[in-house]
Amino acid sequence: MRFKIYRYNPETDKKPYMQDFILDEVTDDMMLRDALLLLKEKDETLTFRHSCGEGVCGSDAININGTNGLACKSRLSELKEPVEVRPVPSMPVIRDLVVDMEQFYHHYRAVKPYLTVHDPVPEVEFKQTPEQRDKLDGLYECILCGCCTTSCPSFWWNPDKFRGPAALLQSYRFLADSRDQATAERLQELDGPYRMFRCHSIMNCVNVCPKGLNPTEAIHNIKKLMVKDLV
Amino acid sequence: MSLENLQRRKFDTLVIGAGGGGLRAALQLAEADAHVAVVSKVFPTRSHTVAAQGGMNAALANVLPDNWHWHMYDTIKGSDYLGDQDAIEYMCRAASHLVYELEHQGVPFSRMDSGKIYQRPFGGQSQNFGGEQAARTCAAADRTGHAILHTLYQQNIRAKTHFFDEYFAIDLIKDKSGFILGALVLEIETGEPLLIEAKTTLLATGGAGQLFRTNTNAHINTGDGLAMALRAGLPLQDMEFFQFHPTGIAGKGMLITEGARGEGGYLINKDGERFMERYAPHAKDLASRDVVSRAIATEVREGRGCGPQADHVMLKLDHLGRDVLYKRLPGICDMSKTFMHIDPAEESIPVFPTAHYTMGGIPTNRFGQVVVPVDQGEESIPGLYAVGECACVSVHGANRLGGNSLLDIVVFGRAAGNDIKKYLKENRHHRQIDEDSVELALAHLKRWNEPDNRDDDSSETVSGLRAELQKTMEDYCSVFRTEEILQQGLDKVLELEKRMKHVRIHDHSKVFNTARIEAMELENLVDLAVATVKSALERKESRGAHSRIDYSERDDVSWLKHSLYYKDGHRMDYKPVTLKPVSVESFPPKPRVY
Repeated sequence: MRFKIYRYNPETDKKPYMQDFILDEVTDDMMLRDALLLLKEKDETLTFRHSCGEGVCGSDAININGTNGLACKSRLSELKEPVEVRPVPSMPVIRDLVVDMEQFYHHYRAVKPYLTVHDPVPEVEFKQTPEQRDKLDGLYECILCGCCTTSCPSFWWNPDKFRGPAALLQSYRFLADSRDQATAERLQELDGPYRMFRCHSIMNCVNVCPKGLNPTEAIHNIKKLMVKDLV
Repeated sequence: MSLENLQRRKFDTLVIGAGGGGLRAALQLAEADAHVAVVSKVFPTRSHTVAAQGGMNAALANVLPDNWHWHMYDTIKGSDYLGDQDAIEYMCRAASHLVYELEHQGVPFSRMDSGKIYQRPFGGQSQNFGGEQAARTCAAADRTGHAILHTLYQQNIRAKTHFFDEYFAIDLIKDKSGFILGALVLEIETGEPLLIEAKTTLLATGGAGQLFRTNTNAHINTGDGLAMALRAGLPLQDMEFFQFHPTGIAGKGMLITEGARGEGGYLINKDGERFMERYAPHAKDLASRDVVSRAIATEVREGRGCGPQADHVMLKLDHLGRDVLYKRLPGICDMSKTFMHIDPAEESIPVFPTAHYTMGGIPTNRFGQVVVPVDQGEESIPGLYAVGECACVSVHGANRLGGNSLLDIVVFGRAAGNDIKKYLKENRHHRQIDEDSVELALAHLKRWNEPDNRDDDSSETVSGLRAELQKTMEDYCSVFRTEEILQQGLDKVLELEKRMKHVRIHDHSKVFNTARIEAMELENLVDLAVATVKSALERKESRGAHSRIDYSERDDVSWLKHSLYYKDGHRMDYKPVTLKPVSVESFPPKPRVY
């Protein structure tokens, strides 16, 4: 199988280039991560992040034939050759497929992604009905891989101001939680022309999410809460 | 990279590892206004706690009657009486409080109609000291570890903990009086070393599942903290006890949670027989993990395995119905479809026992202090703590119960945090750093700058040696063991230890050099392989996960004791099991039947 992989080592390369690789030992059930690991055995300078290999740690987001995804969940037999592998777009490249995610994490921290409760807590659990709990499904499963945010054109234009789909999904994860008591603060934080309202429902985020989550819907739900807050 | 221009930072506490144990301890300390640094070789939410599926045990009694004392009994029986009963009592008593605390911090536990936390049955659980099945495992669908890890990270964001993300810990710094003063770490992005001086250091670096070729573990689970402890002259305890999870996806290793059987799934052999009824007539598929893993291995050995190679059994879930499966076990449904093209609502999943959990580790007491034997008792290593899978308290003994590892990390993460607070009150100032120790650690790092001598026949590669190591462990130190096989295994890993000297990397660049990191991880794994096989060879009995065909019975007269392995001379020592709990009657060893 043929691969074209983005290479850049700031210590030795003046600029990035695409390198061709050929891998013979490809089997039906192999994922792109398996291929990258085999290529790294031949060339240990090939650099990428990865860890759990089963789509829960979120380390190995990369751009595969033009679309963001997790290497460990991308089946080789479903990819067009040569498989073009690049770092996720719009982030500073540290080396090869490894990008600097700080901007992404900054927006995550900025939405105060933690349950906020002002009242005294009970001596047992907060009661939450199964229906209330169901509202968190499709939100809490985010693995912070960054596939969505780095595929979002609104984020590309305003990476410093627009929170991006992942952070906004997190914000809604807490807005939707029956236990959280910071609704007003959360909505206020997202007000203004940039932080949330740069979202134009392009929906790249939905298409690429490896966990099948829907940040666009979460953003719509935040907007609905804002309207409700106004009237 | 010399001593003079080495970057230095000072903190009250250095936490190495950002899984559940490290983050829970860091939170306790940050909230007490201690100056705490968390070093992690991956971004915190990538730590392997994220992959825990089934849940966390606590006797909340939300579904069936329960109490912490029954939980304590089950844990001791599950440990095959090798667990320390004081630590187990402490853990089981604290469990409910800590689940409620996590819930208050935001963990999205699944719920019952009453609005209470959902609990599912898990292996080895009973009501009333060995009676009917209990339902003790608090679950967030089958993503409980993910839910807990993300919540703990979020709480640390709130508490403003200092994070050193993507820093690799190289060695502990130790002075001549035996105090641990911090660690030398490597910033992966720049390749620059950094000395973090700390009054207290907590190791929370997780297990070493990468010792085995087929495992349920992440690439990062290379037991770095355990090997750092060995290099600092400390022993490792009970390393022969490695848990093989009964239901790893056959040949691949991804974990299928025990919760799948807790929700009503069961195992079948090639004849469609529900074979666990023969091995554990009472608990059946929810017997302890060691029992179920041996049963599967026996079915396969006796020719009743499934598939063209007859090398696995099947986990049947389709009778549970699509609604239950996708509501309670969405993660494993997704995983089966992605990796096997199998929809568990329609087809069974091929499974086989797979290396999963390191029961052994750095010896600690129930306060998280690292302890070593002296004369008649033990003493703590000043300034050093360990929690979670890298530690051996020991609450898991010879076999861990499912649902007790998430509990372990939270309970002892908090306990260590509390003890560190006390230590910091009594030790207000940083001790003088020991420059010789720093120099040794730097030399360890520099070793990987040695030029590649690949034209030389003696040259070895990291990936080549790692593959050999993992294959050796799988072939010589697996579910069933004998003297002969273990001796061969020991010879082989000692040979690999020697060959390690000839390993070179040819990528000597500084920026994000993963080849260098993997080389240092391999060094750690090699030390731990020797510790594991040596400890297994010496223990001449069968207990929990350590099954000797040539010594098939548990021997409480000679072997009701913890193993201690020292790197220096591959030396073994032993210490007694704590059979006396804190406040209740002891549970004396008795035959273990499920």
